[in-house]
Amino acid sequence: MSKVVKAKYTAEAVAGFTHRTAMEEAARCLLCHDAPCSQGCPAGTDPAKFIRSIRFRNVKGAAETIRKNNILGGSCARVCPYDRLCEEACSRCGIDKPIEIGKLQRYAIEQEKLFGMKILESPEEKKAGKIACIGAGPASLACAAELAKTGYEVTVFEREAKAGGVLTYGIVPSRLPQDVVDHDIAQVEGLGVKFEFNKAVKADDVNEYDAVFVGAGLWGANLPEIDGTDLDGVYSAVDFLKEARTKKEAFDPGKKVIVVGGGDVAVDCAVTAKLLGAEDVKIVYRRTLEEAPGNINEFHYALSLGIGITTGMAPAAINGSGKVETVEFTGFRDEAAKLALSADAIVFATGQTPEDMTEIAPVKVTGKGTIEAPEGKAGGKFFAAGDIVNGGKTVVEAVAAGKEAADAIIAYLEEKGVK
Amino acid sequence: MAVKKDLSLDYLGVKCLNPFFLSSSPVGGNYDMVAKCYEEGWGGCFFKTVGIFVADECSPRFDQTNKEGLPWLGFKNMEQISDKPTEQNFEYIYRLCRDYPEHITVASIMGSSVEEWKQLAKMAEQAGVKLIEGNFSCPQMTSHDMGSDVGTNNELVEAYSRAVTETTKIPFIAKMTPNCKNMEEHARAAIKGGAAAVSAINTIKSITNIDFENMTAMPVVNGKSSISGYSGAAVKPIALRFCAQVLQDQEIHKLVKANGHDYGHGHEMSGIGGIETWRDAAEFLALGCRNLQVTTAIMQYGYRIVEDMISGLSYFMDERGYNSLDEFIGVALPNIIPAEELNRDYKVLPAFDDDKCVGCGRCYVSCYDAAHQAIDWNEEKRRPELNDNCVGCHLCLNVCPVQGCITPGEIKWKEGRTPVDLSLKKNYD
Repeated sequence: MSKVVKAKYTAEAVAGFTHRTAMEEAARCLLCHDAPCSQGCPAGTDPAKFIRSIRFRNVKGAAETIRKNNILGGSCARVCPYDRLCEEACSRCGIDKPIEIGKLQRYAIEQEKLFGMKILESPEEKKAGKIACIGAGPASLACAAELAKTGYEVTVFEREAKAGGVLTYGIVPSRLPQDVVDHDIAQVEGLGVKFEFNKAVKADDVNEYDAVFVGAGLWGANLPEIDGTDLDGVYSAVDFLKEARTKKEAFDPGKKVIVVGGGDVAVDCAVTAKLLGAEDVKIVYRRTLEEAPGNINEFHYALSLGIGITTGMAPAAINGSGKVETVEFTGFRDEAAKLALSADAIVFATGQTPEDMTEIAPVKVTGKGTIEAPEGKAGGKFFAAGDIVNGGKTVVEAVAAGKEAADAIIAYLEEKGVK
Repeated sequence: MAVKKDLSLDYLGVKCLNPFFLSSSPVGGNYDMVAKCYEEGWGGCFFKTVGIFVADECSPRFDQTNKEGLPWLGFKNMEQISDKPTEQNFEYIYRLCRDYPEHITVASIMGSSVEEWKQLAKMAEQAGVKLIEGNFSCPQMTSHDMGSDVGTNNELVEAYSRAVTETTKIPFIAKMTPNCKNMEEHARAAIKGGAAAVSAINTIKSITNIDFENMTAMPVVNGKSSISGYSGAAVKPIALRFCAQVLQDQEIHKLVKANGHDYGHGHEMSGIGGIETWRDAAEFLALGCRNLQVTTAIMQYGYRIVEDMISGLSYFMDERGYNSLDEFIGVALPNIIPAEELNRDYKVLPAFDDDKCVGCGRCYVSCYDAAHQAIDWNEEKRRPELNDNCVGCHLCLNVCPVQGCITPGEIKWKEGRTPVDLSLKKNYD
């Protein structure tokens, strides 16, 4: 077979640009008049402007543009589905292939770190309003940063020991190294945002705050209603990834691992299992690859590691005594299809569910359990955004929604006269 | 099938395998280097300049300019003439002439007095060379009695040329500096002194970059730097201009004839400056140069670049139906005319291909900010639309990143001007 990629769990899979290669890539940019890439970024990161800065040898200016517009610019540079956003919009597609916008963004943020730049500052004169953010994931971090930049006092409550949410406890570090996440979070801390870790928030905790933002994400497991999900070796994606991120190389996923799902999270689980030493890893997805929500580049990466991908099959039963031994699948559309596999572990990356927040915040909940919060407004002093509102989308969309919610909070506080 | 053309030609009465020569520089400084370049296909070599003066060099001594990540746009060099003993250089040259009789090893010499020039000419003759070049143009010599300071002094150029041509009958080529007001007058001085031809250009005095670590120019030598010669692709347009002006100087052609060095082609200039590809080479040939010299591209890529010069030029000649270089040497020269003689009666409007257009809007930006606001931007379609302001300057065509998207279109005659048959460029690479 072709040469299979061998990599370490914590080593970043893709090499970044050097100064020279970044200049070469920036020189490919057409420097459009009304650049479609900038219109293609939900968070308004403005690639046209930062690429132009790189092209004209102003990499610090490039970092400034990114950081001002997207507080999680370093993380987004690694995990954004560019092929569906700015890079798909790139005019250069009409000639050959789009500019590697994500990689240029990564380069600029790496330079920001290298130069020890501190781009964002909160105003010396503080506003009176105090805001609580529940959860320290992308939406909360973006919201907190916007509020702190405006001069408000913000406290972020986080149940886990570290900030970052899916960035820290979800996505595989070969795609998003922890130091990149930490560098982004340091920018939020640099704005004076306070963090309270290992803190499961109760209603009393947020009473004193003038506004409350709920950005708790989706951390409830979504397991199918089939036999055997109570066996050892059955994981939800969130639990599996969190355990891997926490224990790192000490986590043994088993020799044979099956991942069920077709999104980026499924690929992350499969890559995690493979990089942590599983010999045989398979992704099994019930629909076709064409219908899969995951980024095709991530599937390519999984294949390059020697991970198999099977489509059209849905799990029917998990068998074993005490722990997983075999898994049965039946065709999702093809009634004739049957499949049985041995496994030490099976991971369900089939979506996550929101946890109930109504005891903390009197918010309206939809049938799917998500919070109803148009433009971030969840009623009265309560606001919400991110996965817990949209049901699970991208990091960059969570950043955009967090920024939007911050605007709504500022408008609310100004209207109330809390300045 | 591979096209292989006979690229041989006579240069100053000397039969050359092809017009591709190394220029006198670090690329041809000893026997092994030059032997290797001959094996790889170069027709000849102007051996690194030999003087009585032996250079004492600094470190580092090179720098380069780049744009948008593209390195070696231009190259700066602080090396002077050879740093090897005079006798050793002539021994190398002697062995090269003996071992590679079909290849033309040219002795490049530089003296600081009439006596030195005579002495060097004598030694070159004894080494067995068929051509001698006089270096009147190195801009970074540590002595003002040599190099470009001499090359801009007509009396010295003539006197030193005479010193050589009175010593030996071997055709003498005077290498000119572009660091001058008027190259033709220095070229005339050389020919009056008996030179058979001139070569140009040597490097242009330059400061390539300022280093902010040491607050001096590049390269940094113990916290300091000096002005020195600039070469490479960036200087080609300047080199072509000097070649055209020298070749168009009728006085020089007459002087060449008068001193017995007309071999049937008038003044036989050797062209130097930014040649990297067969195309660059063909441009110098089309202007009328009969010999071509290369250094910078070899410093960047090695001797092997000559393979594509030979092959590329052969394919070009095949496409055009030329069977020898003589069929197209100089054909472009009569078409370089004074600005006041150009036909200014018409304009060519650009034509936009909406299907090829990728909607970048660069034509719009440049036309508005730098030309005549003749392009409206259709924001909905993201396409340019030409309005009546267009003067036919073709800035849009030059900034468009898509091949074949903006092309020359409709011809408009100015009011009251008489239409004539026009020769226009239709194809852009």
